[in-house]
Amino acid sequence: MISLKINNIPVYVNEGSTILEAARSIGIKIPTLCHMKELSELGACRVCVVEVKGMRNLVAACEYPVSEGMEVFTNTPRVLNSRKTTIELILSDHRQDCLSCERNTNCELQRLSHKYDCDSRRFEGRTADFVYDDTTEYLIRDNSKCILCRRCIAVCKRQQGVGAIGVNERGFKTHVACPFDMDLVNTNCIGCGQCINVCPTGALQEKPEILRVQQALANPEKYVVVGTAPSVRAALAELFDMPMGINCQGKINTALRYLGCDKVFDINCSADFTIMEEANELVDRIKNGGKLPMFTSCCPGWVSHIEKNYPELIGHLSSCKSPQGMFGALVKHVFVKRENINPKDIFVVAVMPCTAKKGEKNRTFTDGLADIDAVITTRELSGLLKENGILLNELPDSETDSPFGEYTGAGMIFGATGGVMEAALRTAVSVLDPNAKLLPLEFSEVRGLDGVKEATYIVGGKPVKVAVVNGLKNVKTVCDKVKSGECDYSFVEVMTCPGGCVMGGGQPIRATIVKHRDEVAKARAGVLYSADRSMFARRSHNNGSLLKIYDEFLDRPNSELAHKLLHTHYTPRPKYIKE
Amino acid sequence: MMKGSNLPFNGTTEQEAQLRQKLNELRSKDGALMPAMQFAQELYGYLPYEVQLIISEELGVSLSDVYGVATFYSQFSLYPKGKYRIGICLGTACYVKGSQDIYDRLQQLLGIKSGECTADRLFSLDATRCVGCCGMSPVMTVNDDVYGRIKPDDVEGILAKYRERG
Amino acid sequence: MDIKQLEQIKDTTFKNVGNRFTHAQLDGMNFDRQVLVCCSTGCSSESSQKIRERLAKLVEEKGLKRVHVGGTGCFGLCAAGPVVVVYPDGTFYSHVKPEDADEIVESHLVNNVEVQRLLYVDADGKTKPINEIESYCKQMRHALRNCGVIDPENIDEYIAREGYFALYKALTQMTRDEVVDVVTESGLRGRGGAGFLTGRKWKFTKDATGDKKYVCCNADEGDPGAFMDRSVLEGDPHCVVEAMAIAAYAVGADQGYVYVRAEYPIAVERLQKAIDQARAYGLLGNNIFGTDFCFDLEIRLGAGAFVCGEETALMTSIEGHRGEPRPRPPFPAQKGLFGKPTLLNNVETYANVAQIVLHGAESYNTIGTERSKGTKVFALGGKINNTGLVEIPMGTSLKEIIYDIGGGIPNGKAFKAAQTGGPSGGCIPASLQDIPIDYESLSAIGSMMGSGGLIVLDEDNCMVDIAKFYLQFTVDESCGKCTPCRIGTRRLYEMLCKVTEGKATLEDLDKMEELCYYIKDNSLCGLGQSAPNPVLSTLKYFREEYLAHVVEHRCPAGVCKSLLKYVIDAEKCKGCTLCARNCPANAISGTVKQPHQIDADKCLKCGICASKCRFGAISKM
Repeated sequence: MISLKINNIPVYVNEGSTILEAARSIGIKIPTLCHMKELSELGACRVCVVEVKGMRNLVAACEYPVSEGMEVFTNTPRVLNSRKTTIELILSDHRQDCLSCERNTNCELQRLSHKYDCDSRRFEGRTADFVYDDTTEYLIRDNSKCILCRRCIAVCKRQQGVGAIGVNERGFKTHVACPFDMDLVNTNCIGCGQCINVCPTGALQEKPEILRVQQALANPEKYVVVGTAPSVRAALAELFDMPMGINCQGKINTALRYLGCDKVFDINCSADFTIMEEANELVDRIKNGGKLPMFTSCCPGWVSHIEKNYPELIGHLSSCKSPQGMFGALVKHVFVKRENINPKDIFVVAVMPCTAKKGEKNRTFTDGLADIDAVITTRELSGLLKENGILLNELPDSETDSPFGEYTGAGMIFGATGGVMEAALRTAVSVLDPNAKLLPLEFSEVRGLDGVKEATYIVGGKPVKVAVVNGLKNVKTVCDKVKSGECDYSFVEVMTCPGGCVMGGGQPIRATIVKHRDEVAKARAGVLYSADRSMFARRSHNNGSLLKIYDEFLDRPNSELAHKLLHTHYTPRPKYIKE
Repeated sequence: MMKGSNLPFNGTTEQEAQLRQKLNELRSKDGALMPAMQFAQELYGYLPYEVQLIISEELGVSLSDVYGVATFYSQFSLYPKGKYRIGICLGTACYVKGSQDIYDRLQQLLGIKSGECTADRLFSLDATRCVGCCGMSPVMTVNDDVYGRIKPDDVEGILAKYRERG
Repeated sequence: MDIKQLEQIKDTTFKNVGNRFTHAQLDGMNFDRQVLVCCSTGCSSESSQKIRERLAKLVEEKGLKRVHVGGTGCFGLCAAGPVVVVYPDGTFYSHVKPEDADEIVESHLVNNVEVQRLLYVDADGKTKPINEIESYCKQMRHALRNCGVIDPENIDEYIAREGYFALYKALTQMTRDEVVDVVTESGLRGRGGAGFLTGRKWKFTKDATGDKKYVCCNADEGDPGAFMDRSVLEGDPHCVVEAMAIAAYAVGADQGYVYVRAEYPIAVERLQKAIDQARAYGLLGNNIFGTDFCFDLEIRLGAGAFVCGEETALMTSIEGHRGEPRPRPPFPAQKGLFGKPTLLNNVETYANVAQIVLHGAESYNTIGTERSKGTKVFALGGKINNTGLVEIPMGTSLKEIIYDIGGGIPNGKAFKAAQTGGPSGGCIPASLQDIPIDYESLSAIGSMMGSGGLIVLDEDNCMVDIAKFYLQFTVDESCGKCTPCRIGTRRLYEMLCKVTEGKATLEDLDKMEELCYYIKDNSLCGLGQSAPNPVLSTLKYFREEYLAHVVEHRCPAGVCKSLLKYVIDAEKCKGCTLCARNCPANAISGTVKQPHQIDADKCLKCGICASKCRFGAISKM
């Protein structure tokens, strides 16, 4: 233990703690901008400076280790003035269109600026040449608002293992961008949007699609169908002043009807379809000597990553569309027949916790018709509701519509890491083993936040080794093993975002996310797991609507029609395209 | 628009083989990236996209990291150098003796800025820091030739000499 | 290599070069005359290599078997370059051209008559032998003891000057603690600028635990106008190799890196040769001098980033990243290169080590002042007659350096200020020229020792412009990581621009000062923390010059272009049109044979017109 004094208050903390942590432990919050524990410890922004007795200069509390007898002052005029000047300097190189900024009222810079009573015009001068990049289908980078905290870079490189963006040039010209300042669309970016979630300002945001949704809703010719991904219900409440870990699906259903959606379905249902197709594909591969391990294909970030980095492994990807893709195809090619609607009049909206899904929607077509017309994130849905004055927290619950509103607990847990694996196992085990009903329903080995989770289950009398990759950074070792032929897994789930879709790039941005990422992941996943537990049907093949659709339209999993509607293909793509 | 030279990349297969061999040697070394980039720049004269991509692949360093390093250090260039590389020292000693005026004159006469290369690839211009010949300031260099104690009016004549050589 | 072999090389080589060291004709020497040509960057750029080749060729052709022609490192008097020195006569030839070689050989070497027209003329108008030249008299060559004396490419000549005997002594007769102690007692402080006690640094690294340790040498000399480290590496590379080996032994390292500016090709080449030669002699590698001490050395090249002179940035750069400084603690001694305990010293610091180890702490700590021991090398530049390299005992006054050693200001101009410490230092006004040069005195007046650049400014230099120049340098060289340096220095630079354009207000001056203190207090690394020094020191000592710009919109030195005006004297103008034809901005109008006028709005103030006018009709105001 180290004993020190902060503002003359005695503090006892473990050796190796930073001043920031020591202060926090006694209830003093020192402001930070660039700091992300263990992911990015730069000491770059300097808003966390404090005075340490005996030191000539101020020190950055976020990285300065405590030492015995140290005397720290966090609130002297010298400290407060310095912080103020730092923020004012940042503001002098920041496009201050705060009133119309996406992050207005949820901007860390704005909050600090207010807290330290900053004069946003005290320093004026040239601003850095900025890049505005809206070339991708999923996100917008606006460097005029970038404050160079580099959190996005740390997340992209260290958390995700992608490294699409970096720091270019130096001095005042330093900026965050892709190599050669190329457009994001031409790089190895996979669209996960994790960078958005850590950006303290409005320099990063998803490519908005709200307008197109509003237009469709206002168009009487359009029949608007909406489906909500499992993770949305686990997080949307956070944006309406409700605590973390609240399931608000019932309210979301009501809210979507208030907006004027013609049918409110649930992506959980198409997740069940995904399991039917994927589990059967797996069984088929195992039985008939297909390519193993089979990789899940629900995560568009991962699909994009494998196409760009491991073209030789494409054959290992399940040919199943993601639940989103299946949802659109089922609505536009099955539902329309039942309801006798012209598929061209249908407008399918998917509400997703994910930005990469926006890109995915432009790659799955059936009979020349896009499966999905618009993808909006959890954040966008919140914005849409607020714009329409819909007070989510005050709404009554309501049910989803039939037939694609019925789902099982298996579809529900898709949003948490290991969920797809667990759901698939629940079904695969049953397909291969007539006594499966007696087998356990929960596969706890594949749950949790470890980077790579392994387990071996006896399926149909044979051991089947599976793995769950939680976070794209961890996929490299698995892929390298597959490439060298040393991999003994049969089935691998890969989710790009650590924690799974509940932590996707379209989820609510929380300043605290920076410090308590795992806690948030647990709380949100907890919503899904408890919903699963409360359900009567917890295996996808027990979904009544689904069985009926197979009966009436698709015949059986992996049938010819099922293949046409519910499966897709992949193409190697270059990591970079020279402009 | 992508940063870097618009002039077409004309690296040869021999150069690429040489580069890959060197990268192979360097791979196991601690901190191999800078020596690798220095070798590549020596080989090609600059570090275009194609070359940085090879370095990135061979050393297992992301292209964004390679480019970040390339644009951090002033000696790495994304632009090819001219047959005659002109350097004008803007170090203190030269500066106080008027090297800025010489630099201005060069930019004006060549129609290029620092770091760029003329379209005929004959001249490239770089404002350099102290080249260590403060005794002869102000100093201008053309490849290995050093011109000391020069005046703005000397510049045109010096350029003409190299233009004649072609 | 063992001590016998080392002694033997020393004795054999001494026969070749002894009369060079002693400046006297000795018995039993292999040569009667030593002709030494300076082959450092400065003289090489004026064809000194050609002079050397020509001399050697002629000597051979004439069959002068008792004459040795050799190349050396910098003699220091760069302003007189290219330099050729003949020993034991001590003849100092200046501004030698390759074609002069014939005359030197024929007249001096064959007929024993010095070539009068090439002799260096001292300040008093007399020609004299090298050891009597005034500039050298007040110097004390310690770190530079071998520069200009030995052939840097020949390890034997280094050994003949006691080279590697210190390493032998350390490895075989001293414990690691004793080595650290002698360096501590010598009082040697880091010559890179900050002046941290070298022995303490060694002790921290020695005491740090780690399975692997490194020693590094900072040869990324980035201050504009500084070339001390380059000269040492070019003139005496082995002294750095030997010192690093000693340091490695003391702290327990087995691998060293020398981080050299890529702009120093000759230094790099000579250092590489030195490393190769030392390796061939077994002075680097495994089991040096038969002990269990193993050490090897590798050169890493910088790539043009001033900030890499900062120790953490330097290590980040060696690791292959953008050279961005990282927060301290942890200090390099605990967690440095590749996360291992690392000792980092600069070239000049290392250059002093071998002599200290060999001759004891007293050989060093008796020189200098109370708290600044030993000598310091400076690179003199700017408005001074004897531009070049000098080494003085600490405590020598600025005045002595400028007038006695530097030969004063050219063209009869007035000495205005001296800038030390480069972009991290400040300007010392002429009024403080009696100040003794040591760490404490310099920082007390708002400058700093820095690595040793000393730029002399005369009455024609505008101090605001100088501050702006350094700020622009810092803005360009900032790594861009922390806010105060990235944005703060830029804003400060913009404020200085306002001053030089006559657009600033008195309030701006206060704001500038406030911003300066903020940047010093808040920046991540030493580069940012010291970046405002040029502004603060000029604001302190030359405030009236700032006020002239701000209040009177006038640049007293006539430098700031925005405040200048070129005018044509109608009386003197003959209307020859030469100025108009040469004006790049077409700012000059007038008809032939009539006085011309300059349109002030179009005028770029390039001064071409004034330089072209044959009648002296154009002047700047």
